[in-house]
This record gives sequence, C-alpha cells and structure tokens, in this order.
Amino acid sequence: MNPVNYLYLAALLFTIGAAGVLIRRNAIVVFMCVELMLNACNLAFVTFSRMHGNLDGQIIAFFTMVVAAAEVVVGLAIIVSLFRSRHSASVDDASLMKL
Amino acid sequence: MTALAAAASQTSTGEAFQFWVLGTVAVVGALSTVLMKKAVHSALSLAGTMIILAVFYLANGAYFLGIVQIVVYTGAIMMLFLFVVMLVGVTAADSLKETIKGQRWLAAGCGIGFGVLLIAGIGNASLKSFNGLGTANTAHGGNVEGLASLIFTKYVFAFEITGALLITATVGAMVLTHRERTERAKTQREMSEDRVRSNHLPPLPAPGVYARHNAVDIAGLLPDGTPSELTVMSTLRKRGQMRDVSQESLAGLKALEQRSGERLGRDTEEEEVAK
Repeated sequence: MNPVNYLYLAALLFTIGAAGVLIRRNAIVVFMCVELMLNACNLAFVTFSRMHGNLDGQIIAFFTMVVAAAEVVVGLAIIVSLFRSRHSASVDDASLMKL
Repeated sequence: MTALAAAASQTSTGEAFQFWVLGTVAVVGALSTVLMKKAVHSALSLAGTMIILAVFYLANGAYFLGIVQIVVYTGAIMMLFLFVVMLVGVTAADSLKETIKGQRWLAAGCGIGFGVLLIAGIGNASLKSFNGLGTANTAHGGNVEGLASLIFTKYVFAFEITGALLITATVGAMVLTHRERTERAKTQREMSEDRVRSNHLPPLPAPGVYARHNAVDIAGLLPDGTPSELTVMSTLRKRGQMRDVSQESLAGLKALEQRSGERLGRDTEEEEVAK
C-alpha cells in the first residue's frame, strides 16, 4: 500500500471538519469539528514520522494533544457561561456584543 | 522487536486491508459528526472516529500515542463533551434558519475546493515509501523511551511551557464557570416560612401516584383523575417527554383480542358474514 493513503485520509478528515465548522450552528458541534481537524493533523504528523524514520513528528502530535485538551477545557467553559447568560448554544445568537 | 521494526518499515496486505476498512468507517464517522442533528449523536460518532485514528497510530508504530489517543481523547475529552451536552443540550435546538443566505452551499463548496487543493498537493508530492521507525524506536529501547529522551532533552522547554498552559487552562475554566452569588443565601428559617406561605407544606407529589404505573415520566393523577404536571421533573416537562398511559391497557386488550381472533375465530367470522 502506498503510504500517501494515510495522508489522503488525513486531508479528507480535515476537510470534513473544516466544512463542519462552517456549516454547523451549534457551538458544541462546531467545537467537535475543530477536534476532528486537530486529529486529522495528528494522523498526518504520525504518518510523516514513520515516513522519515524519526520521532519528532510523534512529539509534535503529543503536544497537539495536550494543547487540544487545554483548549477543550477553556472552550467548553466559555460555552457553558454563554449558555447561562443567553440560554442558547447557537453561534448566531452570540452575534451581539452585549446581552 | 525486530519483527515490530520490520512491520513499521513496510506495509503488509493486512495493513492495507485494515486501512481500507477502518478508513471508510472513519470517514463515515466524520461525516455523521457533521451531519447528525443531535449533538449527542455527533459526539458518539466523533468518539468512534477517534478510536479508529488510535488504531492507525498503533499501525504506524506510534504505540505511545495510540494509547494516549484512547485515554485522553475518547476517555477524557469526549466525556467532557458529553457532560456539556447533557448540561446545555436540554433546550438547545439547532436553528434551521439561515442567517446568511446560501451560507450552507457556499460552505460546502469551499470545503470541496479546499479538499481538492489539499489532495492535489499531496498527490503531486513524491512520497513513495516509509523509512520506518525501526531504528528510531530501538535506539533507546522502545517507542516510549525514545519519545521520553526527546521530550526531556530537545523539547524540554516546550514541555515546561505545556505545563504552564495546562495550569492556565484549569484556572481559566474555574474562573469562567464560577458564578458569584449576588444575593444573600436563604436561612433555614426563611425557607421554612416560604414553604408555609406557598401552598406546598408537604413534599412535592411523586410521579405515578394513583396512575397505573409509577415510572418517573408518568404524571401522577389528582383525586379527580386529571394528571398533575407538578409530579414530573422539570427537565422531562421541558423536553415534552411525559408519557400518557391511560389508554395503554385498553390498547393491550384490543391487541390481545385481535391475536386470539386471528388464531381461532377468523373463519367463523367469515362464515357469519357469508350467511
């Protein structure tokens, strides 16, 4: 099997995630799509690591995971506090600067 | 270890088979993450996609990352997502009204164009074979040891900054979700006085009292036979998931009669009709 297939899969997943961020209106689902994009990048990094025969790509993927965990914690906290003040998790409803 | 090293440097037929089967499932999971209407379904399909990606990491010789992917992503992050969906999702319906006209089609077009660009770029690069992680993994005695020796020497600064980032994120989440109490908390005396003033001196009625079933989603009946909304908890009331079972036993009796009629009396009935 050609190793490029893994990269094609990563590109496809990244594209689906990006389209999801543009299409969906629910903030939680938008967030999940961002996670999907991060995961697709991780797959590309791991594949490149195996292609070039060194572990640096895996280190980058590891750091990406840590950053994604921190990002999810803060992002979900923002969504919860937005939901408290507006009673909606829709991205469109947050278009006003003030309540 | 040599077998592992050999496996990491070339792709076998088994790996190709695994790639095509699991890759299809991963793409379907990603698509249903985007297209599912309910946030819970999106979260579950995303969790499935992440588990498949973990298998791909393992197949690519990233043994540590594969396990971390399962533990951190599907274990911690997706469960956090599910908690927030349960917290927020009760009344959060995705609005179907488009604020910008034609936004969906434009977004889908942008996505397809972006994907074509990416895939064309990868197709033009000359990436023909794997060098394999065999030597890199065995140099320090294994994948985990190799990663550790890199993290604690070359990337030690980034690693420490990661620690600062995690602390900041934790404090940030606590600050963001903390709610300041703006009024004084009620004392026990005030609460009991309130209770006497309102007309509910005893505890709230339980669901299903005087009804034929006592499940939590079945409203209890008042003495005059009307169901009381007070007895069902507010979440179920808001979702409209209260169950009405007043007609259920009649329907069951009807079904029983029909079944026994099919078994025994269908012919006699027809004869009667013929007469």
